[in-house]
Amino acid sequence: MRIRIEKRPIPSRLVSVLTLLLSLLLALIVGGILLKAVKADPIKTYRAMALGAFGSRYSLSETLVKAIPLMLCGLAVSVAFRMLFWNIGAEGQLAMGGIAAAGVALFLPPRAPHLPSWLLLLLIAIVGFMAGALWGLIPALLKAYIRVNEIITTLMLNYIAILLVEYLFYGPWKDPKGYGFPGTAEFPPVAWLPRLPGTRVHLGLLFALLAAIFIWAVLSRTKWGYEIRVIGENPRAATYAGISLVRNILLIMWLSGGLAGLAGMAEVTGIAHRLTKGLTVGYGFTAIIVAWLAKLNPWTVLIVSFLLAGLLVGGDQIQITMGLPASVALILQGAILFFMLGAEVFKQYHITIEWRRRSSIHEETGV
Amino acid sequence: MNTALFVSMLAVTVRAGTSLLYATIGEIFTERSGVLNLGLEGMMLMGAISGFAAAFHSKNVWLGLAVAIAIGGLLGFLHAFLTITLRSNQTVTGLALTIFASGLASFLGQRLGPQGQPLVGQIGPRFERLALPVLSNLPLVGRALFQQDVLVYASYALVPVAWFFLYKTRPGLHLRAVGENPRTADAMGINVTRIRYLYTVIGGMLVGLGSAHLSLAYTPGWTENLTGGRGWIAIAMVIFATWDPVRAWLGAILFGGINAVQLRMQAAGTTIPAAFLHMLPFFFTIVILVAITWWEAFSKRVGAPAALGTAYVREEKG
Repeated sequence: MRIRIEKRPIPSRLVSVLTLLLSLLLALIVGGILLKAVKADPIKTYRAMALGAFGSRYSLSETLVKAIPLMLCGLAVSVAFRMLFWNIGAEGQLAMGGIAAAGVALFLPPRAPHLPSWLLLLLIAIVGFMAGALWGLIPALLKAYIRVNEIITTLMLNYIAILLVEYLFYGPWKDPKGYGFPGTAEFPPVAWLPRLPGTRVHLGLLFALLAAIFIWAVLSRTKWGYEIRVIGENPRAATYAGISLVRNILLIMWLSGGLAGLAGMAEVTGIAHRLTKGLTVGYGFTAIIVAWLAKLNPWTVLIVSFLLAGLLVGGDQIQITMGLPASVALILQGAILFFMLGAEVFKQYHITIEWRRRSSIHEETGV
Repeated sequence: MNTALFVSMLAVTVRAGTSLLYATIGEIFTERSGVLNLGLEGMMLMGAISGFAAAFHSKNVWLGLAVAIAIGGLLGFLHAFLTITLRSNQTVTGLALTIFASGLASFLGQRLGPQGQPLVGQIGPRFERLALPVLSNLPLVGRALFQQDVLVYASYALVPVAWFFLYKTRPGLHLRAVGENPRTADAMGINVTRIRYLYTVIGGMLVGLGSAHLSLAYTPGWTENLTGGRGWIAIAMVIFATWDPVRAWLGAILFGGINAVQLRMQAAGTTIPAAFLHMLPFFFTIVILVAITWWEAFSKRVGAPAALGTAYVREEKG
């Protein structure tokens, strides 16, 4: 058997759609085999997941709630990936945004009781953004000036930020009336992000939409966006064209870290109203899958975030109702990405498989 | 510092660094062939859970070891298939591998215990420490280095063997050639695809072996996130080691030493909060990485294989 791979002149669009559907299907089959192996009914499980995520108004709103941090982190990761800056640190940047937001929400209102809620929230949002941005600037500075591998530094900073969150809510910021429950005290209501009535969907959704518009506008309408695209396609050509790599790395990571920080801010002020363990549950990692499945396009990031959030909500659902591990959702996410990555080759290349044996039979029979 | 403390800290240093040493050398082989595998963290989790589960149910540590190695190799093969044959982006594929394998390990940990119960907290067989005759009676280092488990001893042998293989043998030369310049290697008649597959799988097997040391010797058993970032630290250690197995040993000792200090301080009842002690390995990994990168730039040395991370596409003959 011989496999011949030739480059297609234009990536095939039809194949794009087909591979996406096929990837989903194959991932579901892999998950199904796994579920069968632990004696669970795959069809029933998938049905429960789908209903749990999209089956009612309530479940749809919960999916949207989980989609918000994914959208912000997905946008954060995708702008950095555009420039081939591998920011794997959205989780840590989100954590830092959450810490900074919690710090302001806990300690400012008692000192400034007359501050209107909108102004306080604006302040918290800015602080959250800046905290994430500064955390993102550490690997950016190291990369820009000393060329330190950003994959490693962003990852290590994740661990450090997550430990810092734990330190704060187990230690100095621990709720004195919390009965040992790990977390800070609840923020005063002035520091809560407004919600859609009857749901937990909060104003963070608007942040995500504005961020998507901003990124789309930057990428397609500004010189900065043009520079980002050139660097992403060919960093060497970009430097020859007089585009500053250092400046762009710092700027993009300021934006990327900031968006992830904003996600953390929205999580603590919109959902938990306190700093808890629930802040760092892996949105920053799922965001990598979001970004890649969305092909780094800001609009697609929003849609993919919603779908993957559905997977997460569905995973929680089967844990509650069927006693199955929620990690099924993680496995499915990973598998979808695997198949999408593997399928990439079919879009870029034309593949023919030559079965030597069969061709010799053909020759003999004259077919 | 008194002698007993020194000996016990050295012993912990060696033990704590062993899984990292295997994983680092495994990744060195893979990267030397030009393939970047960022899936180590997930592969280690899968190796640790499957190795422990196999040992737990069969009551045989050796079977557990074999399963961990096999799973490591299998996941290495998966990475190889995607990145070499299907030419997917090596960075993203590695990340996907980590996400997928971490999820799978967590899932299996919930289900592979007795009667489909969680494996967390179960006690299974482990590699016991055994004192080597004569050597363990050496002053100071004897008790620290030669009262360890078999996998630690094997790692002592692995370092020189890997070094010799890489720099002094023909297959080692071929491996380096493929990672530096696949086109020239191809022209020399070396099968680039085969070499890359081979070392991505071998690298995966070594990673699996390292993870077995975690779940079957160092911290026997299974807990969520057992590896605690060791897979990622191993990738950083490859850079620190400038892709050289002997320096990988240095990295493993350094990391193990940080671990030993951390444990010692916790045992001594330090006032430094535990979270900050847990940050030490990650913090030092960044520091070490910055130092080595700066030094490389300063001395104008390049440690990375030139073709690392790029797919090799043979030009079609007309």
